[in-house]
Order: sequence, then structure tokens, then C-alpha cells
Amino acid sequence: MERRQLARQLSAIENGELQVVKTEGLIVAITGPPGVGKSCLVDGILHRLAPKHKVAVLAIDPTSPISGGALLGDRIRLSVLDDAEKSDSIYVRSIATRSSSGSIPSIVSDLANHLLASNFDLVIIETVGAGQSEMRCAAIANRIIVVEGPSRGDGVQAEKAGLLELADLIVVNKSDLEGASKVVNDLTVSLTLTNDAPPIILASATEGVGLDELSEKILSLEERVSSRRARVRQQLLMAHENVLVRNPAFEAIIDRMSEEGLSIEDALREFDE
Amino acid sequence: MGARQRIVIAKPGLDGHDRGAKVVARALRDGGHEVIYTGLRRTPDQIVRTVMDEDARFVGLSSLSGAHSHLFPKVCNLLREAGLDDVVVFGGGIIPEDDRSQLFDAGVRAIFGPGTPSTEILEFVEFASGLNCGVGSPDEWHWGE
Repeated sequence: MERRQLARQLSAIENGELQVVKTEGLIVAITGPPGVGKSCLVDGILHRLAPKHKVAVLAIDPTSPISGGALLGDRIRLSVLDDAEKSDSIYVRSIATRSSSGSIPSIVSDLANHLLASNFDLVIIETVGAGQSEMRCAAIANRIIVVEGPSRGDGVQAEKAGLLELADLIVVNKSDLEGASKVVNDLTVSLTLTNDAPPIILASATEGVGLDELSEKILSLEERVSSRRARVRQQLLMAHENVLVRNPAFEAIIDRMSEEGLSIEDALREFDE
Repeated sequence: MGARQRIVIAKPGLDGHDRGAKVVARALRDGGHEVIYTGLRRTPDQIVRTVMDEDARFVGLSSLSGAHSHLFPKVCNLLREAGLDDVVVFGGGIIPEDDRSQLFDAGVRAIFGPGTPSTEILEFVEFASGLNCGVGSPDEWHWGE
């Protein structure tokens, strides 16, 4: 596959000019709070999987709700792209969230499927890291890795419902910093009350700890049965949102709401028409 | 505001001064564009690969180390070799007046020095996106001529 052509096709998909057929294959979302080390972990994984495996990365960063522009900086962390032997089997694309409400634009599903159809063994989606709203990645990815780190609140955080319940694997990064093993303990205790608890890996992206295990596991991750209903739920929510966001009048109606005082009730009525 | 463009902002060569590149990246973002920032010390090959993979229409090169006369034409040549003829190249940083005509000849379409209002860079992007002035175009136009 010619890289240029692939890049062009992805743009066409993003701009709604190319339809995509659903393809079977491994789509892994890597999610977790900002600054927890998602990009660095992805770099570590790519270093280990390439060039044996062809891996594509969709790195998502937020679009400004004010200007509509975006600053996409995930490539900076990917030192693997400087490795001539490996970079040919890796494709990285920066994606802006554009008009989607959550932190994962629905178009990412089409982009990931197209990459699988273009003979990539694995597509990694690196999410924005906006917290619980990242649940939406369950609608797109068929495996979810949640990254946690030390100093992110007390043990009660591990008990809170949400994203962690959808994880097929949990990585606690920054094992070189104090408190990382305590996070592992808190999570382990919390998860013992679950029937199909996901495995937990203690890692340090900067020191290379746990990355071999993570890279091996990522290719053979089991899907958690208990999260299946939640996935379908997210898919339905996303499909419903698409109808709204892809309506040609969407931006114009937002303008009229913010500038002319159009009410939400009237706006919804206009969408129905 | 013009149409949204995908723009790579790159720092070629051994040069650690990134304030200018970051300010330009931010101004383009606030102008409604999608900006891919490469980080420091990229080689021309790495920059061209990024432009290709990201399907960017523009690439902005920032240099304050004095190596622009070597690095900017090198990026232009590699873009043409890779068949990325429609990509528009612009530059900025400390680029002496005497060096500029040679860069324009190599295919760079605009040079923005210190003190350039960010609105001017946005005007350039909007204007150039309506022209056939990619790095492979025989057109000799450049901004501000």
C-alpha cells in the first residue's frame, strides 16, 4: 500500500467523501487521563511490535470549540518513527475531534476499519484523555486498555464506576515514581469483587519496564464478557449522535442558538424536520 | 475565515529555539486550522514523511540556527521526489534578506521574520490555498512580492 494514497483516502473518509466497509480485526483503544503516559506507552509498544507487525496509530487530540482549529502533538513522543527499520511498518495519523461531542469522533471507526482493510495487523487508538467521557471508545475499539498512574487520588478512585469497568487490560504506568504499586494494590483489591477482572500490568514507559509483557498481551487480549452490553450501548449512543452531528444544518443551528437566542426545544424541532 | 487546512509546523536541523514555531502553530490553530507540530530537531526526511502521512497541504519550517539555506531547499526537493507537488512550503525564523531569493527559487512561497503579525500568516494560508503554488508548481509567485 502506497502511504500517500492511504493518507489521501483517510482524509477523504474524514471529510465524508469515501464510504468504508466494516472489516474484522484488532482495534485497541488506549485511554487514561492526560499526562499519564499514553503516547510514551504507545511508542514502547511500537518499538516492540514493528517491523514484525504492521501497526497503525490514530492519535486523537481535541478541536478548539471556539476556532474549530486543533494543535496535534502526539507524534512528538513517537521516537519509533525515527527508526528507519521500523517506521515503514508503522502508520501514524493525528486526528482532531472536530464536531463530535465526546472525545472520540465517530469517524475514527471508519478510519480504523479502512486501515485494517489496508492490511494493518492492529490499529491503536490513542484517546484525548478526557476522563470518563472516554467511555465512547468502547463503541469503536474491540479491546480497551486503561492507563493509570500514581498520585491520582486515593483508593476510592479505584472504586468509582465507569471507564475501569470496560477495561480489558489495565496498565499502571510510571512504576519508577512513588505510589505506583499502591495504585496496583488498590485496583487489585477493587477488582477482586468482579467476576472477570482484567489483568493489571505495572509499567514504566521511560525505563522500559513492563513493555515486553504489554506488547505481547496486546495481540492476544481477551474481551471481557461483562462489558459487552456497555459496548453496544455506546455504539447506539454514537450512532444517534451521528445523525445529529452530520446534519448539514448542525453548525448553522448552533450559530442561531448562540447569536439569535433560538431555544433548544425549537432547535430539536428543526432537526426533526 | 477560509477553509480548514492541515498544516505541519516543523523544526528542521539542530536548533532548539521553538518559541516562534509554537506561536505560529497556536495562531494557525486559533485561525481554525489543524496543526501538526513535529517537535524539535527533525531531519528533512522525517518532515516529509510526516507531511505525507498526515496528508497536510502546508508545511511551515522554522529555523533560527542559520542552516535554512541548506535545510529549506532540501525539504522542498524531498517533497518533489516523494510526489508531494501540491504541498505549499513556507518558512520563518532568522532568515537574512539576502538569503531569501534563493529560498523562493527553491520553492518556498513565503518567509515570515520576527515581528510578522500572525494575521498575515493566516492571510497567506487562505490566499495560497486558492492558488496552484505547491512546491512542484512552475509558478514563481511568492508572498509579499
